[in-house]
Amino acid sequence: MASTTAFKDRNLIAVIGDEDSITGLLLAGIGHINEHQRKNFLVVDSKTQISTIEAAFQEFTQRKDTAIVLINQHIAEKIRPTVDRYQEAFPTLLEIPSKDHPYDPSKDSVLKRVQKLFGE
Amino acid sequence: MSGAGPRENVFATRMALTNTKLRLKGAETGHSLLAKKRDALTTRFRAILRKVDEAKRKMGRVMQLASFSMAEVTYTTGDISYIVQEQAKLATFRVKAKQENVSGVLLPGFDVDRVPGSDFNLTGLGRGGQQVLRAKEVYAKALETLVELASLQTAFTILDEVIRATNRRVNAIEHIIIPRLDNTIKYIMSELDEMDREEFFRLKKVQGKKKRDAGNAERLAIADEELLKQLDEQQEPTTDLLSTKDEDVIF
Repeated sequence: MASTTAFKDRNLIAVIGDEDSITGLLLAGIGHINEHQRKNFLVVDSKTQISTIEAAFQEFTQRKDTAIVLINQHIAEKIRPTVDRYQEAFPTLLEIPSKDHPYDPSKDSVLKRVQKLFGE
Repeated sequence: MSGAGPRENVFATRMALTNTKLRLKGAETGHSLLAKKRDALTTRFRAILRKVDEAKRKMGRVMQLASFSMAEVTYTTGDISYIVQEQAKLATFRVKAKQENVSGVLLPGFDVDRVPGSDFNLTGLGRGGQQVLRAKEVYAKALETLVELASLQTAFTILDEVIRATNRRVNAIEHIIIPRLDNTIKYIMSELDEMDREEFFRLKKVQGKKKRDAGNAERLAIADEELLKQLDEQQEPTTDLLSTKDEDVIF
Protein backbone atom coordinates (compact mmCIF):
# COMPACT_ATOMS: atom_id res chain seq x y z
CA MET A 1 0.00 0.00 0.00
CA ALA A 2 1.65 3.14 -1.15
CA SER A 3 -0.83 5.32 0.67
CA THR A 4 0.34 4.22 4.11
CA THR A 5 3.85 5.51 3.54
CA ALA A 6 2.73 9.05 2.90
CA PHE A 7 0.14 9.52 5.58
CA LYS A 8 2.59 10.95 8.13
CA ASP A 9 2.51 14.31 6.35
CA ARG A 10 -1.23 14.49 6.30
CA ASN A 11 -2.44 16.73 9.06
CA LEU A 12 -5.12 19.00 7.65
CA ILE A 13 -8.86 18.69 7.66
CA ALA A 14 -10.63 19.87 4.52
CA VAL A 15 -14.31 20.65 4.45
CA ILE A 16 -17.06 21.12 1.89
CA GLY A 17 -20.17 22.46 3.49
CA ASP A 18 -22.81 25.12 3.89
CA GLU A 19 -21.98 28.47 5.37
CA ASP A 20 -22.88 27.67 8.97
CA SER A 21 -20.93 24.43 9.13
CA ILE A 22 -17.90 26.07 7.58
CA THR A 23 -18.04 29.03 9.93
CA GLY A 24 -18.22 26.79 12.96
CA LEU A 25 -15.42 24.53 11.84
CA LEU A 26 -13.22 27.46 10.90
CA LEU A 27 -13.91 28.95 14.31
CA ALA A 28 -12.51 25.76 15.79
CA GLY A 29 -9.37 26.43 13.77
CA ILE A 30 -9.21 24.09 10.80
CA GLY A 31 -8.96 26.82 8.20
CA HIS A 32 -5.76 26.77 6.21
CA ILE A 33 -4.54 28.63 3.18
CA ASN A 34 -1.39 27.22 1.71
CA GLU A 35 1.43 28.89 -0.19
CA HIS A 36 -0.48 28.66 -3.46
CA GLN A 37 -3.41 30.50 -1.89
CA ARG A 38 -5.50 27.35 -2.01
CA LYS A 39 -8.13 27.13 0.68
CA ASN A 40 -8.99 23.87 2.34
CA PHE A 41 -12.68 24.69 2.54
CA LEU A 42 -15.49 25.33 0.10
CA VAL A 43 -18.67 27.14 0.96
CA VAL A 44 -21.62 25.69 -0.89
CA ASP A 45 -24.89 27.53 -1.16
CA SER A 46 -27.90 27.07 -3.37
CA LYS A 47 -26.17 28.84 -6.26
CA THR A 48 -23.02 26.73 -6.29
CA GLN A 49 -22.61 24.62 -9.41
CA ILE A 50 -22.34 20.86 -9.01
CA SER A 51 -19.22 20.91 -11.17
CA THR A 52 -17.59 23.28 -8.65
CA ILE A 53 -18.38 20.86 -5.83
CA GLU A 54 -17.01 17.97 -7.86
CA ALA A 55 -13.82 19.86 -8.62
CA ALA A 56 -13.32 20.79 -4.97
CA PHE A 57 -13.97 17.20 -3.93
CA GLN A 58 -11.39 15.94 -6.40
CA GLU A 59 -8.88 18.55 -5.28
CA PHE A 60 -9.28 17.81 -1.58
CA THR A 61 -9.10 14.05 -2.04
CA GLN A 62 -5.97 14.37 -4.15
CA ARG A 63 -4.08 16.78 -1.95
CA LYS A 64 -1.18 15.19 -0.13
CA ASP A 65 -1.51 17.20 3.08
CA THR A 66 -5.14 16.41 3.82
CA ALA A 67 -5.98 13.70 6.32
CA ILE A 68 -9.73 14.05 6.58
CA VAL A 69 -12.31 15.45 4.16
CA LEU A 70 -15.56 16.52 5.74
CA ILE A 71 -18.60 16.99 3.55
CA ASN A 72 -22.15 17.92 4.46
CA GLN A 73 -24.46 15.07 3.77
CA HIS A 74 -26.90 17.05 1.68
CA ILE A 75 -23.97 18.19 -0.49
CA ALA A 76 -22.64 14.65 -0.71
CA GLU A 77 -26.10 13.71 -2.01
CA LYS A 78 -25.56 16.05 -4.96
CA ILE A 79 -22.39 14.27 -6.03
CA ARG A 80 -23.39 10.85 -4.68
CA PRO A 81 -21.89 8.76 -7.53
CA THR A 82 -18.47 10.40 -7.02
CA VAL A 83 -18.69 9.97 -3.26
CA ASP A 84 -19.73 6.34 -3.49
CA ARG A 85 -16.90 5.64 -5.91
CA TYR A 86 -14.37 7.05 -3.49
CA GLN A 87 -12.92 4.08 -1.60
CA GLU A 88 -9.46 5.25 -0.58
CA ALA A 89 -8.24 5.09 2.98
CA PHE A 90 -6.50 8.48 2.70
CA PRO A 91 -7.82 11.05 3.04
CA THR A 92 -10.73 9.74 5.02
CA LEU A 93 -14.09 10.93 3.80
CA LEU A 94 -16.64 11.81 6.45
CA GLU A 95 -20.21 12.81 5.82
CA ILE A 96 -21.44 15.20 8.46
CA PRO A 97 -24.92 16.49 9.12
CA SER A 98 -25.74 20.15 8.64
CA LYS A 99 -28.09 22.47 10.44
CA ASP A 100 -31.01 22.17 8.05
CA HIS A 101 -30.48 18.54 7.15
CA PRO A 102 -30.47 16.05 10.02
CA TYR A 103 -28.19 13.09 9.72
CA ASP A 104 -29.53 10.12 7.84
CA PRO A 105 -27.39 7.02 8.45
CA SER A 106 -28.98 5.10 5.58
CA LYS A 107 -27.46 7.45 3.01
CA ASP A 108 -23.89 7.36 4.28
CA SER A 109 -21.60 5.55 1.83
CA VAL A 110 -19.55 3.99 4.62
CA LEU A 111 -22.53 2.99 6.71
CA LYS A 112 -24.05 1.43 3.60
CA ARG A 113 -21.02 -0.79 3.37
CA VAL A 114 -21.21 -1.53 7.09
CA GLN A 115 -24.80 -2.58 6.69
CA LYS A 116 -23.93 -4.74 3.72
CA LEU A 117 -21.20 -6.48 5.71
CA PHE A 118 -23.60 -7.20 8.54
CA GLY A 119 -25.84 -8.80 5.96
CA GLU A 120 -28.83 -6.58 6.42
CA MET B 1 -5.74 -41.75 -8.44
CA SER B 2 -2.91 -40.88 -10.76
CA GLY B 3 -3.31 -37.11 -10.25
CA ALA B 4 -6.24 -36.55 -12.55
CA GLY B 5 -6.54 -32.84 -11.66
CA PRO B 6 -4.03 -30.12 -12.45
CA ARG B 7 -0.58 -30.87 -11.19
CA GLU B 8 2.87 -29.42 -11.32
CA ASN B 9 5.26 -30.25 -14.08
CA VAL B 10 7.88 -32.36 -12.35
CA PHE B 11 9.85 -35.48 -13.07
CA ALA B 12 8.70 -38.43 -11.07
CA THR B 13 11.71 -38.95 -8.87
CA ARG B 14 12.15 -39.60 -5.19
CA MET B 15 13.73 -36.19 -4.75
CA ALA B 16 10.81 -34.42 -6.39
CA LEU B 17 8.50 -36.39 -4.12
CA THR B 18 10.36 -35.25 -1.00
CA ASN B 19 10.35 -31.66 -2.23
CA THR B 20 6.67 -31.70 -3.02
CA LYS B 21 5.83 -33.24 0.33
CA LEU B 22 7.80 -30.50 2.06
CA ARG B 23 5.99 -27.88 0.02
CA LEU B 24 2.64 -29.39 0.87
CA LYS B 25 3.53 -29.23 4.54
CA GLY B 26 4.58 -25.60 4.13
CA ALA B 27 1.34 -24.78 2.34
CA GLU B 28 -0.67 -26.37 5.13
CA THR B 29 1.22 -24.44 7.79
CA GLY B 30 0.75 -21.22 5.82
CA HIS B 31 -2.92 -21.95 5.43
CA SER B 32 -3.49 -22.40 9.13
CA LEU B 33 -1.46 -19.29 9.94
CA LEU B 34 -3.36 -17.18 7.42
CA ALA B 35 -6.65 -18.53 8.68
CA LYS B 36 -5.64 -17.49 12.20
CA LYS B 37 -4.68 -14.05 10.94
CA ARG B 38 -7.99 -13.74 9.17
CA ASP B 39 -9.87 -14.67 12.31
CA ALA B 40 -7.94 -12.14 14.39
CA LEU B 41 -8.56 -9.41 11.81
CA THR B 42 -12.23 -10.27 11.53
CA THR B 43 -12.65 -10.04 15.29
CA ARG B 44 -11.03 -6.64 15.21
CA PHE B 45 -13.10 -5.65 12.21
CA ARG B 46 -16.35 -6.51 13.96
CA ALA B 47 -15.38 -4.42 16.97
CA ILE B 48 -14.52 -1.48 14.72
CA LEU B 49 -17.75 -1.87 12.77
CA ARG B 50 -19.75 -1.59 15.92
CA LYS B 51 -17.75 1.45 17.02
CA VAL B 52 -18.14 3.13 13.62
CA ASP B 53 -21.88 2.64 13.80
CA GLU B 54 -21.99 4.11 17.31
CA ALA B 55 -19.70 7.01 16.50
CA LYS B 56 -21.71 7.95 13.42
CA ARG B 57 -24.84 8.22 15.49
CA LYS B 58 -23.03 10.14 18.21
CA MET B 59 -21.71 12.51 15.57
CA GLY B 60 -25.27 13.31 14.53
CA ARG B 61 -26.08 14.50 18.04
CA VAL B 62 -22.83 16.39 18.52
CA MET B 63 -23.15 18.23 15.24
CA GLN B 64 -26.70 19.19 16.12
CA LEU B 65 -25.44 20.71 19.34
CA ALA B 66 -22.73 22.54 17.45
CA SER B 67 -25.21 23.95 14.95
CA PHE B 68 -27.32 25.16 17.82
CA SER B 69 -24.45 27.06 19.38
CA MET B 70 -23.71 28.53 15.97
CA ALA B 71 -27.29 29.73 15.81
CA GLU B 72 -26.80 31.40 19.18
CA VAL B 73 -23.76 33.21 17.83
CA THR B 74 -25.62 34.39 14.76
CA TYR B 75 -28.44 35.59 16.95
CA THR B 76 -26.25 37.67 19.25
CA THR B 77 -23.40 38.73 17.02
CA GLY B 78 -24.89 38.77 13.59
CA ASP B 79 -23.34 37.09 10.63
CA ILE B 80 -19.69 36.38 11.33
CA SER B 81 -19.10 33.94 8.53
CA TYR B 82 -17.41 36.46 6.29
CA ILE B 83 -14.95 37.62 8.97
CA VAL B 84 -14.16 34.08 9.96
CA GLN B 85 -13.55 32.97 6.42
CA GLU B 86 -11.31 35.89 5.72
CA GLN B 87 -9.28 35.42 8.87
CA ALA B 88 -8.48 31.79 8.26
CA LYS B 89 -4.79 31.61 7.43
CA LEU B 90 -3.08 28.74 9.15
CA ALA B 91 -4.75 25.77 10.66
CA THR B 92 -4.49 25.59 14.43
CA PHE B 93 -6.58 22.49 14.63
CA ARG B 94 -4.65 19.70 12.96
CA VAL B 95 -4.44 15.98 13.23
CA LYS B 96 -1.45 13.76 13.83
CA ALA B 97 -1.20 10.29 12.40
CA LYS B 98 -0.40 7.35 14.64
CA GLN B 99 -0.09 3.67 13.93
CA GLU B 100 -1.39 0.58 15.55
CA ASN B 101 -0.37 -2.96 14.76
CA VAL B 102 -3.03 -5.62 14.50
CA SER B 103 -1.50 -8.99 13.57
CA GLY B 104 0.91 -7.52 11.09
CA VAL B 105 -1.42 -4.91 9.66
CA LEU B 106 -0.55 -1.30 10.35
CA LEU B 107 -3.73 0.54 11.15
CA PRO B 108 -3.38 4.29 10.97
CA GLY B 109 -5.30 6.51 13.30
CA PHE B 110 -5.56 10.22 13.90
CA ASP B 111 -4.90 12.20 17.02
CA VAL B 112 -6.05 15.73 17.56
CA ASP B 113 -3.15 18.15 17.46
CA ARG B 114 -4.22 21.60 18.62
CA VAL B 115 -1.93 24.54 18.52
CA PRO B 116 -3.11 26.99 21.14
CA GLY B 117 -3.67 29.91 18.83
CA SER B 118 -5.56 33.09 19.43
CA ASP B 119 -7.46 33.31 16.20
CA PHE B 120 -10.64 35.28 15.91
CA ASN B 121 -9.94 37.11 19.13
CA LEU B 122 -11.58 40.21 17.82
CA THR B 123 -14.61 38.37 16.51
CA GLY B 124 -17.65 39.38 18.46
CA LEU B 125 -15.78 42.07 20.33
CA GLY B 126 -18.77 44.33 20.24
CA ARG B 127 -21.29 41.78 21.47
CA GLY B 128 -21.67 38.04 21.73
CA GLY B 129 -17.99 37.37 22.41
CA GLN B 130 -18.92 34.75 24.95
CA GLN B 131 -21.18 32.96 22.53
CA VAL B 132 -18.43 32.96 19.94
CA LEU B 133 -16.03 31.45 22.45
CA ARG B 134 -18.52 28.82 23.45
CA ALA B 135 -19.27 27.98 19.81
CA LYS B 136 -15.55 27.64 19.28
CA GLU B 137 -15.27 25.14 22.10
CA VAL B 138 -18.34 23.21 21.05
CA TYR B 139 -17.08 22.95 17.50
CA ALA B 140 -13.66 21.86 18.72
CA LYS B 141 -15.34 19.10 20.75
CA ALA B 142 -17.40 18.10 17.74
CA LEU B 143 -14.25 18.00 15.63
CA GLU B 144 -12.62 15.69 18.16
CA THR B 145 -15.52 13.31 17.70
CA LEU B 146 -15.17 13.65 13.95
CA VAL B 147 -11.44 12.91 14.09
CA GLU B 148 -12.07 9.85 16.22
CA LEU B 149 -14.68 8.72 13.74
CA ALA B 150 -12.31 9.37 10.87
CA SER B 151 -9.62 7.15 12.36
CA LEU B 152 -12.18 4.43 12.95
CA GLN B 153 -13.32 4.75 9.39
CA THR B 154 -9.77 4.62 8.04
CA ALA B 155 -9.11 1.51 10.07
CA PHE B 156 -12.35 0.11 8.72
CA THR B 157 -11.38 0.76 5.11
CA ILE B 158 -7.88 -0.66 5.46
CA LEU B 159 -9.01 -3.67 7.46
CA ASP B 160 -11.67 -4.37 4.89
CA GLU B 161 -9.04 -4.37 2.17
CA VAL B 162 -6.59 -6.52 4.13
CA ILE B 163 -9.24 -9.03 5.15
CA ARG B 164 -10.28 -9.40 1.55
CA ALA B 165 -6.68 -10.00 0.47
CA THR B 166 -6.15 -12.51 3.27
CA ASN B 167 -9.35 -14.30 2.38
CA ARG B 168 -8.23 -14.55 -1.20
CA ARG B 169 -4.93 -16.05 -0.13
CA VAL B 170 -6.54 -18.53 2.25
CA ASN B 171 -8.95 -19.66 -0.44
CA ALA B 172 -6.22 -19.88 -3.06
CA ILE B 173 -4.11 -22.10 -0.82
CA GLU B 174 -7.05 -24.21 0.22
CA HIS B 175 -8.64 -24.74 -3.17
CA ILE B 176 -5.77 -24.48 -5.64
CA ILE B 177 -2.33 -24.93 -4.18
CA ILE B 178 -3.00 -27.80 -1.77
CA PRO B 179 -5.01 -29.89 -4.28
CA ARG B 180 -2.34 -29.31 -6.89
CA LEU B 181 0.43 -30.43 -4.58
CA ASP B 182 -1.71 -33.41 -3.56
CA ASN B 183 -2.18 -34.31 -7.19
CA THR B 184 1.53 -33.96 -7.84
CA ILE B 185 2.35 -36.27 -4.95
CA LYS B 186 -0.18 -38.82 -6.15
CA TYR B 187 1.18 -38.60 -9.65
CA ILE B 188 4.77 -39.10 -8.50
CA MET B 189 3.74 -42.00 -6.28
CA SER B 190 1.89 -43.74 -9.07
CA GLU B 191 4.74 -43.18 -11.49
CA LEU B 192 7.22 -44.54 -8.97
CA ASP B 193 5.00 -47.57 -8.33
CA GLU B 194 4.73 -48.14 -12.03
CA MET B 195 8.49 -47.96 -12.35
CA ASP B 196 8.83 -50.38 -9.45
CA ARG B 197 6.53 -52.86 -11.10
CA GLU B 198 8.37 -52.55 -14.39
CA GLU B 199 11.68 -53.06 -12.66
CA PHE B 200 10.37 -56.10 -10.83
CA PHE B 201 9.02 -57.59 -14.01
CA ARG B 202 12.31 -56.94 -15.77
CA LEU B 203 14.25 -58.60 -12.99
CA LYS B 204 11.93 -61.57 -13.10
CA LYS B 205 12.41 -61.84 -16.84
CA VAL B 206 16.17 -61.66 -16.48
CA GLN B 207 16.14 -64.26 -13.79
CA GLY B 208 13.95 -66.56 -15.86
CA LYS B 209 16.25 -66.18 -18.81
CA LYS B 210 19.26 -66.90 -16.66
CA LYS B 211 17.60 -69.98 -15.27
CA ARG B 212 16.72 -71.17 -18.72
CA ASP B 213 20.23 -70.58 -19.88
CA ALA B 214 21.60 -72.42 -16.89
CA GLY B 215 19.23 -75.36 -17.54
CA ASN B 216 20.24 -75.46 -21.16
CA ALA B 217 23.89 -75.44 -20.23
CA GLU B 218 23.35 -78.32 -17.80
CA ARG B 219 21.47 -80.30 -20.29
CA LEU B 220 24.16 -79.70 -22.85
CA ALA B 221 26.80 -80.77 -20.36
CA ILE B 222 24.88 -83.93 -19.60
CA ALA B 223 24.43 -84.60 -23.27
CA ASP B 224 28.13 -84.16 -23.85
CA GLU B 225 28.96 -86.50 -21.08
CA GLU B 226 26.61 -89.08 -22.42
CA LEU B 227 28.05 -88.73 -25.84
CA LEU B 228 31.49 -89.23 -24.51
CA LYS B 229 30.34 -92.27 -22.59
CA GLN B 230 28.74 -93.69 -25.68
CA LEU B 231 31.86 -93.05 -27.61
CA ASP B 232 33.79 -94.79 -24.93
CA GLU B 233 31.45 -97.75 -25.03
CA GLN B 234 31.67 -97.94 -28.78
CA GLN B 235 35.36 -97.80 -28.64
CA GLU B 236 35.67 -100.69 -26.19
CA PRO B 237 35.13 -103.63 -28.65
CA THR B 238 37.55 -102.18 -31.11
CA THR B 239 40.47 -102.34 -28.85
CA ASP B 240 43.96 -102.69 -29.87
CA LEU B 241 44.20 -105.31 -32.53
CA LEU B 242 47.66 -106.25 -31.45
CA SER B 243 46.73 -106.98 -27.96
CA THR B 244 43.91 -109.28 -28.82
CA LYS B 245 44.43 -112.59 -30.11
CA ASP B 246 42.32 -114.01 -32.84
CA GLU B 247 41.27 -117.63 -32.68
CA ASP B 248 43.34 -119.88 -34.66
CA VAL B 249 41.99 -120.63 -38.00
CA ILE B 250 42.10 -124.28 -38.89
CA PHE B 251 41.73 -125.22 -42.42
